[in-house]
Amino acid sequence: MEAPLTASVQKLLVFLLFLCALLLAAPRGFAADQGFILVQSTTSTQNSGLLDHILPKFTRRTGIEVRVVAVGTGQALKNARNGDADVVFVHSREDEERFVSEGWGVERHDVMYNDFVIVGPTSDPAGIRGLSDAEQAFEKIAMVEAPFASRGDNSGTHKAELKLWKNSEIDPLRSSGDWYLETGSGMGATLNTAVGKRAYALADRGTWLGFANKNGFEVLVEGDRQLLNQYGVILVSPERHPNVKAKMGAAFVDWLTSTEGQKAIASFKIDGQQLFFPNARPRA
Amino acid sequence: MADFIDAFQTALGLIVTLNHDLVEILLLSLKVSLTAVVIASVLGFAIGGALAVVRFPGRGAVSAILSALMGLPPVVAGLFVYLLLSNAGPLGVLQLLYTPTAMIIAQVVLVTPIIGALTRQACEDLLEEYDEQLRSLGASPTATIVTLLWDGRYRLITAVLAGFGRAIAEVGAVMIVGGNIDHVTRTMTTAIALETSKGNIALALALGLVLLTIAFAVNAALVSVQRLAKRLAYA
Repeated sequence: MEAPLTASVQKLLVFLLFLCALLLAAPRGFAADQGFILVQSTTSTQNSGLLDHILPKFTRRTGIEVRVVAVGTGQALKNARNGDADVVFVHSREDEERFVSEGWGVERHDVMYNDFVIVGPTSDPAGIRGLSDAEQAFEKIAMVEAPFASRGDNSGTHKAELKLWKNSEIDPLRSSGDWYLETGSGMGATLNTAVGKRAYALADRGTWLGFANKNGFEVLVEGDRQLLNQYGVILVSPERHPNVKAKMGAAFVDWLTSTEGQKAIASFKIDGQQLFFPNARPRA
Repeated sequence: MADFIDAFQTALGLIVTLNHDLVEILLLSLKVSLTAVVIASVLGFAIGGALAVVRFPGRGAVSAILSALMGLPPVVAGLFVYLLLSNAGPLGVLQLLYTPTAMIIAQVVLVTPIIGALTRQACEDLLEEYDEQLRSLGASPTATIVTLLWDGRYRLITAVLAGFGRAIAEVGAVMIVGGNIDHVTRTMTTAIALETSKGNIALALALGLVLLTIAFAVNAALVSVQRLAKRLAYA
């Protein structure tokens, strides 16, 4: 049994080597380049292509690389509470304000807005085309029980949708699984479901314009004030989480709300259409 | 139908032009999954071999749990590793979240039970054959395990391939602990999920075809190693 024993020793050595390599390589590799910040943001800013348009400009100006994790607003704020972000860039004002008032964030700044649109099949079974009142459109959809695809994922868009249902005094959750379909996934995935089920959906205009699988779907309702979609940016509190790269994070917040950053946002277009409208307050 | 044809054309185009982003993503996928499989193999062989040979109370239960863990949903593995590596978690100081290392760890968690359980089965089958022989030689448990692993090596290759299949195909775990960050943690599967959510169905499908091709190549390579080794052994 000589040979197998040597073999077992060899295997043990190989195993230990792997463990060592793993433990040594990883932290050092990432400690070496500290020139990046981690931003928790939403699928709407990434899927529309906005971040690909503006982030290189920021990096060119400051040398700071921006790593983006794009999830729903709910998950983004949750991850930031865990200290897994330097900056959050999301769109659900009440949640953002709570995030700051609970001490997780330093300060919230308006950055830009776009708007939500109600999209649906061209055949428009609920007859909502051209309505200027989003609540009325929702009431009509509920009345004829036309299929409606909801994000159902606690995202900013989902919260805006729930607010509209609440204002129209309809409880769609009672019909969940019937005509009201909660996909529990991102904007794009929900739009894919909507298209497949011929269902209406509330979408942010950015994702909708960038979305390639429209397949006979169009914007049916837009322009209601209630459909405005405000984005905010917050530096995660370095007091709560000492690992937060406060200086570089603050540089990103400052840039986004600066004239240069605001211009970069305004210059992002798809098919000639401006997608996001900068509205940061000028800062001293 | 149009999407399918489009997908094939796009896939061909991506491969022929060696699209730079695609190569980067593909290499990261392979690096993460192959590293995870190597580590999981070492762990799985050890655990599986030990479970087959060493008698201890609760051994049946441990084997059953290991087998059940083959069905661990990737998202759950991802959440588990996320909670460990998060800055609010016990290993937060390592700053590994949203890095390829985090993805490797998550895939090791996913793949080790698969390789471990299949290894245990292979070793148990062999042990039935060899038991008396080994006992008459007075082989120690370690020696017995090593002998079984060596004699079962062709079957273990299949176990490794099953683990690789799981690792290269999963999206749930790497999405959570990697974050799908462009040029940092974007893999083939997270890119496919992203393109699908952008509505770029044909491109997503094309990436899927590329991934399948690569998985096929890795499988073919390992199987031919298996064949060659067998031929040399019996030559």
